[in-house]
Amino acid sequence: MQTLVAYVENKPGVLNRVSSLARRLAINIDSLTVGPTENEEIARMTIVAHTDERGAHRLEASLEKLVDVLLAENVSTRALLERDLALIKVSADQQNRPHLMELIKVFRARVVDVAPESLIIEVSGTVDKIDGLLEVLRPFGVLEMARSGRISMTRGGDLLQPPVSEPPAPNSSPLAQT
Amino acid sequence: MKLTGAEILCESLTRLGVREIFGYPGGAILPVYDALGKSKLHHVLVRHEQGATHMADGYARASGGIGVAMATSGPGATNMVTGIATAMLDSSPVVCITGQVSSKVLGTDAFQEIDITGITMPITKHNVVVTKVEDVARTLREAFLIAKSGRPGPVLVDITKDAQQASAEFNWEASVPKLPPKRRRNNHDQAEFDRAVEMLNTAKRPVILAGHGIMVSGAMRAFEQFVHAGNYPVAMTLLGIGCFPANNPLNLGMMGMHGEAWVNNAIQEADLLIAVGMRFDDRVTGDLRTYAKSARKIHIEIDRAEINKNVKVDAALVGDAREVLERLTPHIETREHTSWVRHITELKGDSAVRDIQSLPDSGHLYAAHVINDLWKETRGEAIIVTDVGQHQMWEAQYYHHNRARTLITSGGLGTMGFALPAAIGAKFAKLDSEVWVVVGDGGFQMTMSELATIVQEKINIKIAIINNGFLGMVRQWQEFFYDKRYVATPLVAPDFAALANAFGIRGERITKRAEVVPTIRSARESAETVLLDFRVEQEDSVYPMVAAGASLSDMIRRPNNPLVETATEP
Ligand SMILES: Cc1cc2nc3c(=O)[nH]c(=O)nc-3n(C[C@H](O)[C@H](O)[C@H](O)COP(=O)(O)OP(=O)(O)OC[C@H]3O[C@@H](n4cnc5c(N)ncnc54)[C@H](O)[C@@H]3O)c2cc1C
Ligand SMILES: Cc1ncc(C[n+]2csc(CCOP(=O)(O)OP(=O)(O)O)c2C)c(N)n1
Ligand SMILES: [Mg+2]
Repeated sequence: MQTLVAYVENKPGVLNRVSSLARRLAINIDSLTVGPTENEEIARMTIVAHTDERGAHRLEASLEKLVDVLLAENVSTRALLERDLALIKVSADQQNRPHLMELIKVFRARVVDVAPESLIIEVSGTVDKIDGLLEVLRPFGVLEMARSGRISMTRGGDLLQPPVSEPPAPNSSPLAQT
Repeated sequence: MKLTGAEILCESLTRLGVREIFGYPGGAILPVYDALGKSKLHHVLVRHEQGATHMADGYARASGGIGVAMATSGPGATNMVTGIATAMLDSSPVVCITGQVSSKVLGTDAFQEIDITGITMPITKHNVVVTKVEDVARTLREAFLIAKSGRPGPVLVDITKDAQQASAEFNWEASVPKLPPKRRRNNHDQAEFDRAVEMLNTAKRPVILAGHGIMVSGAMRAFEQFVHAGNYPVAMTLLGIGCFPANNPLNLGMMGMHGEAWVNNAIQEADLLIAVGMRFDDRVTGDLRTYAKSARKIHIEIDRAEINKNVKVDAALVGDAREVLERLTPHIETREHTSWVRHITELKGDSAVRDIQSLPDSGHLYAAHVINDLWKETRGEAIIVTDVGQHQMWEAQYYHHNRARTLITSGGLGTMGFALPAAIGAKFAKLDSEVWVVVGDGGFQMTMSELATIVQEKINIKIAIINNGFLGMVRQWQEFFYDKRYVATPLVAPDFAALANAFGIRGERITKRAEVVPTIRSARESAETVLLDFRVEQEDSVYPMVAAGASLSDMIRRPNNPLVETATEP
């Protein structure tokens, strides 16, 4: 599994270009998240792909060839903070509710919705942590689940910022005729 | 000054240096055609939009500039798909302009509405829909910039009819490209560079693999200096042909599936491969597990995505070929490869020195004869535009090109039907050059309707049909790998000379070897287009051949008692 971070133009069709590229390279995407950055014209993606280092290099370099991609970087080998968010609706009756609450505490999850027959649990953390919670919740009956997909950020001073535009060179259009 | 979107389009194209547009009109692009009529642009009316894209492509490849094709929405746009893909796979800078239904009805399946940007997303370098007249000039400047910069490729601009019809202030200076900022990668890795220099200076058996990127970069001089600095033997890809003079003793010829045996053997025996502007296509490498096992590899390449894609390399110098070569050449200290070069000459054996022309006339007419005669008669100076198939490979083997951009051929997509329209485009780019089409009887029948375009435009190109009565290249595979079961490869064709006459073009049929040179001569003397129908041997094959997926060392060689010998020395 390889993780890439990309900055892209925040406009229609860009997600399509990115996912279409992965499809063309026959790279299966495990999760792809996209959201705006502090600059509303730029969106940030985290792409988790089923591929090896070579495939990730190809994806990274090919992504950067897309006009709408400002930067793409394979961050798989860097010190990473990774987060996934899940909402899990689990069936809960009077008897097993206390046991459930115990588990939720252990996983540092939260109950965000309470109904007579069910609870919605919110949990964030690494993929492993969420998978772990899911495992222990299964016996209670998982009714629904929604996951955000992974977002990643390199730790500390290892910055990955979007490039800024330079003023265009005058007469930067190439001529058809040479 | 207020202009309509259509007028802005024409004005912008003119300012971008465009002279010719290859296109076909229709409802959704009609405002542009109206404006075209009032502009200085010359519109070439094609007979099929695929032809328009191939012409723009041929124009780009012959000139080193950008070719422009135009079509209406819906079927006009979808007819362009094959030509766009052809340009994409060979990194050719083509700008395609399509009309689109009005923005108010986009997405409603309006008459002749098709999502052409969606369809062409994977086969363009970039594409864009323009729905506002204010965006027309800027978008065109961006399209030209993108098509030609870095690794070139086709760009499609889809303009809605209302954007063509609406008016806006035209301000060229203010319509500067506004492309998203790109991260600048520092490609100058000193350690990588030093490693490459070390490899260059310690190699005993180096071979250069010269590709199309040298031409794209305009690096021919820098390349020649590099070659001579190190005294390196040069093998070329199909699309690299012309980047280095064929008459230079260091030029070995074409590598790969139909490369000459000594070229492939040299690659397999090399201890260093220096790949310049080529992408290790599978037709070049054969089985990757057995490819150039004893060689270290340097890859000079502008596109990072090509590095380690097919062949793992020991030093990657990412950048423009010319810049990288100019940086490298001063560091070359070793040029003593005399025994290696002599060894390669020995590999050639006597196969290279036998001249097919000196073989006694056996009464047979071989494609190799025709092409070799054409080379001699034109002194290797014509622009040859080939189609796809056996004749394409024979051209690569028997026509020796000394100058860049004189062989124009579809390599990556291998698009039959490319030659005739691409040659029309090449002729417009190089009006003073002699342009020859070398095409099979199969491929010619795919786009022969463009003969009418030639007549309407009154241009002068020469057409050599290598007529073997078969889809020859496929027949050859059936002969070698399917026990000669010739399914769907025997091919009926019209009398091409009579067909030419019907278009108002002189046509001749040639069946004997003795007729080849006189007819080529008389065709060259004519100031008009001439079509020559060469009836060649039907079941001839291209040798040597590395079967698809086989090792480069595993060549199917010419049978013992060859009817046709290998290429003559240039
Ligand atoms: C029937 C048939 C048979 C064929 N048989 C053979 C064969 O025997 N041998 C053979 O060689 N080919 C053969 N081909 C062609 C083959 O399929 C490929 O098209 C060809 O090998 C590609 O050559 P290339 O890598 O030089 O060019 P391209 O595919 O055009 O690649 C050019 C490379 O140069 C890079 N580049 C572009 N600009 C620059 C720059 N400024 N600086 C540096 N790098 C740059 C690009 O990024 C790219 O990687 C055959 C094709 C057909 C249809
Ligand atoms: C559009 C298209 N369809 C099919 C092919 C597959 N193909 C490759 S070579 C070839 C035969 C070409 O026959 P012809 O044009 O007569 O040339 P020859 O090989 O006989 O010289 C075919 C069918 C192709 N390359 N392009
Ligand atoms: Mg044929």
